Amino acid sequence: MIRILSILVGLFFSAALTWSVGLGAYSYVTEPPKETVEEAFHLHPHEPAGGFSFNGLFGKFDNQQLQRGFKVYSEVCANCHALKLVAFRDLKAIGYNDDEVKAIAAKYQIPEYDPTTGEVKSHAGLAKDRFPPVVYAGSGHPPDLSLVTKARHGGAEYVYSLLTGYAEQPAELLKRFPEAKTPDGLYYNPYFANLNIAMPEPLASDDQVTYSDGTKATKAQMAADVAAFLTWTAEPKLDKRKQTGWAVLGFLLFATTLAYMAYRNIWAGKKGH
Amino acid sequence: MADHAGTQAVLPSGAESSGGEGVRRRDFINIAAVSAAGVGGLVTLLPLISQMAPSADVLAESSTEIDISAIQPGQAIKAMFRKQPVFVRNLTPKEIAEAEAVPVSSLRDPQSLKDRTKAGKENWLITMGVCTHLGCVPLGASEGENKGEFGGYFCPCHGSQYDTAARIRKGPAPKNLEVPDYKFTSDTVVKIG
Amino acid sequence: MSFPWAKEYTPAHPFTKWIDEKLPLPRFVFNAVGAGYPVPRNLNYAWNFGILAGFCLMLQIVTGVILAMHYAANQTVAFDSVEHIMRDVNWGWMMRYAHANGASAFFVVVYIHIFRGFFYSSYKAPREMIWLLGVVIFLLMMATAFMGYVLPWGQMSFWGAKVITGLFGAIPLVGEPIQQWLLGGFAPDNAALNRFFSLHFLLPFVIAGVVILHIWALHIPGSSNPTGVEVKTESDTVPFHPYYTAKDGFGLGVFLIGYCTMLFFFPNALGHPDNYIPANPMQTPAHIVPEWYFWPFYAILRAFTQDFLFFPAKLLGVLAMFSAILVWFFLPWLDRSPVRSGHFRPTFRKFFYLLVIDLLVLGYCGGSPAAEPYVMISQIASIYYFAHFLIILPIVSAIERPEPLPFSITEAVLGHDQGAALATPQPA
Repeated sequence: MIRILSILVGLFFSAALTWSVGLGAYSYVTEPPKETVEEAFHLHPHEPAGGFSFNGLFGKFDNQQLQRGFKVYSEVCANCHALKLVAFRDLKAIGYNDDEVKAIAAKYQIPEYDPTTGEVKSHAGLAKDRFPPVVYAGSGHPPDLSLVTKARHGGAEYVYSLLTGYAEQPAELLKRFPEAKTPDGLYYNPYFANLNIAMPEPLASDDQVTYSDGTKATKAQMAADVAAFLTWTAEPKLDKRKQTGWAVLGFLLFATTLAYMAYRNIWAGKKGH
Repeated sequence: MADHAGTQAVLPSGAESSGGEGVRRRDFINIAAVSAAGVGGLVTLLPLISQMAPSADVLAESSTEIDISAIQPGQAIKAMFRKQPVFVRNLTPKEIAEAEAVPVSSLRDPQSLKDRTKAGKENWLITMGVCTHLGCVPLGASEGENKGEFGGYFCPCHGSQYDTAARIRKGPAPKNLEVPDYKFTSDTVVKIG
Repeated sequence: MSFPWAKEYTPAHPFTKWIDEKLPLPRFVFNAVGAGYPVPRNLNYAWNFGILAGFCLMLQIVTGVILAMHYAANQTVAFDSVEHIMRDVNWGWMMRYAHANGASAFFVVVYIHIFRGFFYSSYKAPREMIWLLGVVIFLLMMATAFMGYVLPWGQMSFWGAKVITGLFGAIPLVGEPIQQWLLGGFAPDNAALNRFFSLHFLLPFVIAGVVILHIWALHIPGSSNPTGVEVKTESDTVPFHPYYTAKDGFGLGVFLIGYCTMLFFFPNALGHPDNYIPANPMQTPAHIVPEWYFWPFYAILRAFTQDFLFFPAKLLGVLAMFSAILVWFFLPWLDRSPVRSGHFRPTFRKFFYLLVIDLLVLGYCGGSPAAEPYVMISQIASIYYFAHFLIILPIVSAIERPEPLPFSITEAVLGHDQGAALATPQPA
């Protein structure tokens, strides 16, 4: 009885699915899906030349690079993008000392709501404060950058590729998809999901930032540095995580080898194992 | 040894371990394996325990700067330090004299006013607002509050009375109000912690 | 409840004797996972995964209780409180990654455990109750995992909650009120977040309770084994301790190596980037997918694209998705083959491997965008899924000619001559 019932239920689902397949196949044949402009021209993010120091099982942050990236962030990105999950005190982890952290913090005004007067006042930043919100008046919604490298497919490579990927719309694109011309106020960037981004090219020329360590501030260098910095803001514990990981794996290999030997020992008298 | 295939269980330790070099080596491996597991388990406990310690953002709040320029002699303010009240009191010359008149040896927790203030700034008495008995906030810092028999602080919970140097004089509290670490960063700003 | 040759617990010390008289907990452990539990001697590594699943449950409870000490279930601060754990709490990043990857590890282990059951027909009499309780555990795990994924209140959390509660909206007549009742609102908000947190904290303990029943039910007939032949004599078994404690210890080590590699080196590989964007009710992510362990069922849900007879496509999808798991409850009665182990069932075995491939295909499609060719592939794979359990299994089990079984477990392990000698009952 139960098997007859089950076969009937099975046939019902199979029939419903076959119906779906059939209609789907029919519309696939009569109206084959057209390739979209995103499918044709979207590019996958890639690493900068030389790669990122923090990639790979043994990868580590390069504090010099993170400090350069912080400079790019604070002089370029910070005009529109906030970094609200990062506290000034966190900057100690990328090589600034207490006094430098205090000096950096003091450059920012931290808004503070006073519940007795109802006013919003502000005080100069302290090490314990987080980066303040950024007021943005233009069009579009510049996202907070604290987690951006973890919140996008491709992570740091995506940020790097996006920053260096601004270009003219290819002639071939306009030929094949004339309706896909980049609208006014948007900018063509093949690394952006829908190819047209509201952000104007932020790193438009070399030497937009002057590095204190003498590194030549090419566009690619600035993009790589800020991508590295934003990787640190998203995953500040990356170095510690990998160090801990190696210690844990080393111990586990040792303990598992012992466990295997003990297992063989105990089973030594039993055939079949 | 226990190589006869089949039913005989080779136990890891115990009764059978008396005979032969091989058996002892086997015991050693089993004990080492169990010990390694034990060590691993114990080390794993460390992060599980330390996660309950104050986190980085809490520790970052562990110093407070207070502007004391507006506190007139005879007044006090309550400020927040590590989520607890701290009393900053500008003593009048009369209160200083009262505090210094008490023989230190007669006190439950013998300390002079000098011990509890910074040299040259004896009028600034900075103490935690936490009764050393069971942690209530004593009265006496705000205008019009009961300052107790000795003109300092009075804890309403169990009746501890502190004098003008915030030393325990009467009641169940064992210690004087605690003086936190602090320093004057300028004439008008004091940094606690 | 156990075999007559099971060792009796004898307290070695007056103190343990005293305890045993007052509360026979040591005796209970001894008989459950100690030397007093005889287990077939021929279990292979597929039998390691029950203990590993238990370990994963403990791991999730420990890390989860710790995370709950720092997490705040309020939609204004939930996202930031998770980042507070990642950045400021001592070892908080490790706790959170351990919990997030622990959920994946738990499902990996449980899926292998379930497929062990499929291949060796562990669901068959006299072990039906173990199987039924196991399916209940799996359902509870899915509910727990789903609600846990909502808690960080990222984009995938929010839209996952919205879409999954939307499934209940497919129920005719009462669907929409039920959906609103589940959420405590018209869309996921504080009410939903708070109740999900509460239930996410509660359900693991319910799971632990059902696990105890699962193990209790297991100890009545004893463990199954790769031959599917029941235990006959003492020579078919070894005591759980030290034999299987040692083997499980080694298995645990191998498991931990894989798990820790994910935790420390690829902690976000199984997650979705969109969940690092705070929840935004005004904007849906481009491509909503659940966590990987739901992908096969998500593919079945999406496979129904057309209304059929009187059934709207949405309702069919929901029905099919729930049926895909509910059908497991009937497995002991759908598969009527007298032989348990897939080793001796040539036709069944081929279909079993097809089912494994089918589920991998469904999983791949479930994680891909809802576009061709994935939709069509997942439709065909869904047909096979239902056909396998509801049509093929009942028919194959009735007509298949199994291969000859070994006489006993001992014979299977030691070969015919030696095994037959030992397999005759011996004086205890």
